[in-house]
Amino acid sequence: MDETDISFFKDGLRLDGRRADQLRPVKIEVGVLARADGSCYIEMGGNKVIAAVYGPREVHPRHLQEATRAIVRYRYNMASFSVEDRKRPGPDRRSQELSKVSREALEPVILTSFFPRSVIDVFIEVLQADAGTRTAGINAAAVALADAGIPMKSMISSCAAGKVADTIVLDPMKEEDNFGQADLPIAMTPSGDITLLQMDGDLTRDEFQRAVEMAMKGARNIYELQRAALVKKYSQMVEQPVRGDVHVCD
Amino acid sequence: MSVTNVISEIKKDFIYNLLLKGERIDGRKFDEYREISIQRDVIRKAEGSALVKIGSSQVLVGIKMQPGEPFPDTPNKGVIITNAELVPLASPSFEPGPPNEVGIELARVVDRGVRESKAVDLEALCIVPGKQVWIVFIDVHILDDCGNLIDAASLGAIAALLSTKVPAARFGLGEDYVLPIRDIPIATTAIEFNDVLMFDPGVDEEAIANTRLTIISTANGNICGSQKSGAGMLKPEQVYRIIDIACENAKGIREKFLEA
Repeated sequence: MDETDISFFKDGLRLDGRRADQLRPVKIEVGVLARADGSCYIEMGGNKVIAAVYGPREVHPRHLQEATRAIVRYRYNMASFSVEDRKRPGPDRRSQELSKVSREALEPVILTSFFPRSVIDVFIEVLQADAGTRTAGINAAAVALADAGIPMKSMISSCAAGKVADTIVLDPMKEEDNFGQADLPIAMTPSGDITLLQMDGDLTRDEFQRAVEMAMKGARNIYELQRAALVKKYSQMVEQPVRGDVHVCD
Repeated sequence: MSVTNVISEIKKDFIYNLLLKGERIDGRKFDEYREISIQRDVIRKAEGSALVKIGSSQVLVGIKMQPGEPFPDTPNKGVIITNAELVPLASPSFEPGPPNEVGIELARVVDRGVRESKAVDLEALCIVPGKQVWIVFIDVHILDDCGNLIDAASLGAIAALLSTKVPAARFGLGEDYVLPIRDIPIATTAIEFNDVLMFDPGVDEEAIANTRLTIISTANGNICGSQKSGAGMLKPEQVYRIIDIACENAKGIREKFLEA
């Protein structure tokens, strides 16, 4: 397109040395909070996000309770220091919309009918933001739900694809998100059912499909990492059942 | 998704049984829109306005403009602010008070269409770089919720923008002029229910569906925004099918109502 052509790619690689279809480094830790029923800390590139799950527990305020199933609440919150210009604390319109679509990304796999009249609360704190906080939050939330022992039909994994300099790229970082041509986050089950799909920017019909396919590939990779993190924690627990710092033992 | 709209089991069964026969509750085809009407310049006090009806759904969009300060990171660009009010007059399930997440999502999807399609030439709205730019307020007023508010509100927004006059004289900034519009984004929404895709869902169809997908397309047939909503799943093939039909529908609506 314009000056962006020169700056987004160097020798066929992206600004941080990745190929177009490569994820940023991902680190997932399970069970990082002592008080929560389930928790997860995730790093995806420069994003640092922590998720806590409480519940199933009693619903307050009561009038929100459902007679036949648990309700799911999801609160996406950005720390004021997580971005370049201080973010005013508290919910804004963006975070309320993200909370809604993220909740709807997870709800299809949660077996809410097992827990009538109760609530499953998911809290997301974005500690450091670097493009892709909603996908990082969903990935962390899904792992935290599993860690809390909430019955689920499957995992949910989330990843974005974008378009920069007319090229479809996986997992855009901040520069690519800010100055790129499109952003398309998805969330899905391991079998490829899409539970979140958003898009802004400019894509042709064909590019849209390629972006969805690339994001799905990324989400499959993330699924393996989520699974490995859960297996790691729970296989350790079998070997060392009484470790003081592992809260689920009490 | 109107989560709060309750529907009786018997009605749900009725819709489901119709669907098995390939029919819809109001006799439409699955990809067919209800009758659309757009009335422009209905509010004289607004810089631009449009009353959109899709079937019995009614949405009024008003545009107000005033000079103000630009954002520090875009000193030579005008500002768009989109708001949606789900006033309690429009539905038994709307309540007074600050916007809930349904209203916020609606406003943000309408905003996404206008912003990402670059329909408004924001640079043309700069008065004094870094100091003064035009601020465009797009205010969406839902009057009657009979389903598919996103499409109606998005259509209202672009229709109102197309008839907007910049009130320069009122602020001593020269003569009034027509707001330059460069694209016509159209939002098209489908729901998924039992593997059937239904476009332009009515309020009962929305109530039974788990999943809704909105595709916003531009005049050249590209996609400038999308939003999946509701706690359900979509297969990739369903997404692509919605896109194909959505773009066709959008083209028809654009040609019929908005192109001069």
